[in-house]
Amino acid sequence: MGVELVILLLIVFMIISALIAVEASDLLSAVIAIGAAGFALCAIDLLLAAPDLAFPQVLVEIITLVILIRMIMTRQDTSRQTPKDTLRTAMVMLACGMFLIVVFLAVGGMNTSGTIPSFGRPVMGSFDDTGVSSQYLFRCAQDTGAANVVMGILLDYRAYDTLGEATVIVVAILGGYAVLRRIGRKKREVKS
Amino acid sequence: MRGMSIIVRIIVAILGGLVILYGLYVTLTGHLAPGGGFVGGVIIMAGITMMVLAFGGERARELMKEHHCQMLEGFGALAFVIIALLGFFAAGSCFFKNFLPTGKVHELTSGGMIPLSNVAIAIKVGAGLTGIFLALVLGCRSAMFRKGK
Amino acid sequence: MGIAIYILAFVFILLGVYALIAKKNVIRIIIGIGILEYGVNLLLVLVGYRKGGMAPILANGQSSANLAGRAVDPLPQAMVLTSIVIGLSITALAVALAIRLYDKYGTFDMNDIRDLRG
Repeated sequence: MGVELVILLLIVFMIISALIAVEASDLLSAVIAIGAAGFALCAIDLLLAAPDLAFPQVLVEIITLVILIRMIMTRQDTSRQTPKDTLRTAMVMLACGMFLIVVFLAVGGMNTSGTIPSFGRPVMGSFDDTGVSSQYLFRCAQDTGAANVVMGILLDYRAYDTLGEATVIVVAILGGYAVLRRIGRKKREVKS
Repeated sequence: MRGMSIIVRIIVAILGGLVILYGLYVTLTGHLAPGGGFVGGVIIMAGITMMVLAFGGERARELMKEHHCQMLEGFGALAFVIIALLGFFAAGSCFFKNFLPTGKVHELTSGGMIPLSNVAIAIKVGAGLTGIFLALVLGCRSAMFRKGK
Repeated sequence: MGIAIYILAFVFILLGVYALIAKKNVIRIIIGIGILEYGVNLLLVLVGYRKGGMAPILANGQSSANLAGRAVDPLPQAMVLTSIVIGLSITALAVALAIRLYDKYGTFDMNDIRDLRG
């Protein structure tokens, strides 16, 4: 009960920070607010017994903040607010949200027989179950020799996923280089 | 961009190496404790970022070029794929076969190929993110020299 | 209590979608992508939580059967761990695109960028 209450309060804090980040008039405060939401998510990860996730989350948060603040501080923001469109879109989003929550409740959010298990009772069950997660937990030490089951899944049982993820990172970083490079751009500017 | 004050520089000079050492530790013990290649790479990148921000861009430009980072990133990705391909030469060959002896649980040499993959991923993620960070924070001089709007 | 946590996670995801749809500023769109990513990560970790569970790391001297009976679900954690690092590189790519847009048009506002075209 205590853990659930703390998680609930932290999610409320995340929602408030996200609202500030979306609606604040100043871009710098928006970026700082999204940083606050990220650190709250890090605390939630720790409470949910996922230290493997809290660790990269806090690092990614710091580096995202550094990049975004560095980008904003050197440039002037001349954008203007569009209040009328915002209100209309907010109504549409509210309707979408109600629909999503109703669907979530309809597929069995209340009991374990639905597609999403109720909070605190994951789908895996006990260790003699045939569920894949319990098998991972039960056999990881003897199959892979790794004490950290998350790393055993990531680099042994499901290494294909990691390969795909590495591909995504390489492609994203190459895309960044291609967008930012200056050599080909200079030549064209001189010619024109 | 200019560097920061002398106090920050001295503290960063002491701490920067320790941060990178901690990144290596997290990478190598990824199969025993929370951590692993991704986190280790990002910690190493954060240490380099700290030094770049403290000592200024010009010094970093002299020491590190973007194509060094790109080369290291490609090397890390290649090492990961080669570790995966080595599984074909082991018994019961398949892609990503854990061919090394798994060893005793809770020891540094346990886990077969998992520590090796962690090192390869740490090189790839750390070099890739460092390169894109240098390009983002230092390389965008065209914004300052932009012809008037 | 549990159902309220799930619904609040959905509300958080919807905030990210709202920022993507309604906002015309490039930085706010990047922030919206970040909020969306946080929300999806949060929901996935919430689904794998076991009440009073321990982290999926084998302690010294603990048997595997004991771990399988007590630990939280490790599979969503492994998937989210890759998703977090992908999120960082996606943010870097989006920031690079925003910097190029600012260099070319001198503004972050999508309305102005549309007006300037042609």
